[in-house]
Amino acid sequence: MTDASAAQPKPSSQLRDVWSQFRTHKGALFGLITLGFLIVAVLIGPYLWIPEKLSVAEAIKLKNQGPSLRFPLGTDQLGRDMLARMLLAGRVSLAVGLVAMVIAIVFGTFIGILAGYFRRLDGPLMRLTDMFLALPLIPLLLVMVMLFRDRIAGIIGPELGAFTLIVFAIGITSWMATARIVRGEVLTLKEREYVLAARSIGAKPNRIILRHILPNVVSPVMVAATLGVAEAIITESVLSFLGLGFPPDFPTWGRLLFDGLQYMQVYPERVVWPGLAISLTVLSVNYIGDGLRDALDPRIRGR
Amino acid sequence: MLDAGAPPLVQVEDLKMHFPIYTGIFRKHTGDVKAVDGVSFDITAGQTLGLVGESGCGKSTVGRAMLRLYEPTAGRVIIDGDDVAKLAPEALRRKRPTMQMVFQDPQASLNPRMTLADIVSEPLDEHTDWTRDRKLERVYELMDQVGLNRRFVNRFPHEFSGGQRQRIGIARALALKPRFIVCDEPIAALDVSIQAQVVNLLEDLQEKLGLTYLFISHDLSMVRHLAQRVAVMYLGRIAELSPSRDLYARPLHPYAEALLSAVNEPDPELAARRNRIILKGDVPSPANPPKGCNFCTRCPKVMDICRNVKPSLAEVEPGRLVACHLYTPAAGSTGGSEANERNQQGETR
Repeated sequence: MTDASAAQPKPSSQLRDVWSQFRTHKGALFGLITLGFLIVAVLIGPYLWIPEKLSVAEAIKLKNQGPSLRFPLGTDQLGRDMLARMLLAGRVSLAVGLVAMVIAIVFGTFIGILAGYFRRLDGPLMRLTDMFLALPLIPLLLVMVMLFRDRIAGIIGPELGAFTLIVFAIGITSWMATARIVRGEVLTLKEREYVLAARSIGAKPNRIILRHILPNVVSPVMVAATLGVAEAIITESVLSFLGLGFPPDFPTWGRLLFDGLQYMQVYPERVVWPGLAISLTVLSVNYIGDGLRDALDPRIRGR
Repeated sequence: MLDAGAPPLVQVEDLKMHFPIYTGIFRKHTGDVKAVDGVSFDITAGQTLGLVGESGCGKSTVGRAMLRLYEPTAGRVIIDGDDVAKLAPEALRRKRPTMQMVFQDPQASLNPRMTLADIVSEPLDEHTDWTRDRKLERVYELMDQVGLNRRFVNRFPHEFSGGQRQRIGIARALALKPRFIVCDEPIAALDVSIQAQVVNLLEDLQEKLGLTYLFISHDLSMVRHLAQRVAVMYLGRIAELSPSRDLYARPLHPYAEALLSAVNEPDPELAARRNRIILKGDVPSPANPPKGCNFCTRCPKVMDICRNVKPSLAEVEPGRLVACHLYTPAAGSTGGSEANERNQQGETR
């Protein structure tokens, strides 16, 4: 204060503080490494691990193998290499889980904030939410997929078409919990004095929402998001199981899990691999969410 | 009032703030909580008006309705030439810099996720298109003004003490160089030792920047120290509005008398001799105030007329306005003004 401006600290970006707090959370770091490993593995794994081409007769002979050097995770009932299938399946499952979660969170938060902040929209939007909650989801998903699968597949190809449709369908049917949580939180936040202070300054509603309300609903949204990933992966596998997700020869973790289910008593490892992958994803996303929530809260940061 | 030449910066005329009550399945409008029911006063530029009264009497509501944080039911609030109660949204936004507010709870009035720099520069973000450096320069200037160390600029609200937080709140209010500040119990949440610091800061700033304050408080001795004139409120109406010296020396309204008799007397001998007036009963509900004077249910000097006719605020001595039948024996005139008031309300609705 006494000498020149050299001693005056500049307002620093909070990003570095957030990262240094995040690093102190061991679980979150573990989650980040695990999820990072899974993503890298499914992205570049299929290029590194190329299964040997087998003729049909050879494949039939080699079916239902246990783990070995030749087949690190064994083979399935048609003699296909499980590791290669797991890697391919992971691409779709991770993408579906993350993208559907993002859609659900963005949409749910948007609806929740509008309903909580603008009194006039509260009734209509919450009734819409109730309506979606009252819909039986699986039949709805089935109808959506049945109606639109072929049409979308015709436009952008069967695999990308199925992916788009499934992600969209899961996203659009799982935002309601988030919307309700966010609305409740916004209702309490908007009565806080700092929101009143912002209004007395003359801040516009969009600024108040972005600056004062959104950052303070991060915690519940983060919790809803981490739970959403798991739910999306499972829902995708349910759809695939019912024959309305991806084509049957197209592997996803959920699909592999259901395929292995029939052989579970004889070859338990066939269920263990996809189950382990799904659990690890869900667990690491949960921990990352937990760490991120703590790191974003300045009251916890630095403790 | 003290120098009659200067026009008042703030004029409040017959301000009413009624909160509707909805009951039943059909949310029928069955009544109103009359939090503020016809309050009028004015404040000369550069002066402080103290607003005192027990909790729930509508002090804070007056402050918030004046800055249009609530939509007033009726009345005019003229601040620096514009009727704030009727400004269009965009005009109101441009008017905001002239009138600011310091809040009661410094913990609650600062966003826990923003740094000091963000909080203090928020008004600048809203109303100026300055560069970041210029805003920062202004933030430092404000921090110096309110006595905050420049090193604190990156800290978050939870890292400050209560007094420092209130200084941040004051710096934020000052950022746009306002002329009028509503201080809504700014010291109520603070430690006694810190209260004096904050009050002195407010006084210094008033002197340096020529600010006009509406100082809402229930701390009577602080108001005496700070305000030139004091309004005593009871159940949504002003009971007495007097220069502070006169009010503390000789309160006229029976409620003001009772309220001031509650002020602690530091001298034990005087304290032993003082005449403490203890009111009986509770404050009536603001949803269903008495037909006559609001204070008639508890007034020690109640008369028949008090139960039927609302007294209006009238000048009974030079500079002293009292709403009490003890000082306005002509009941006919008050009845007339009452009718007039009702007509006005009918027009505005």
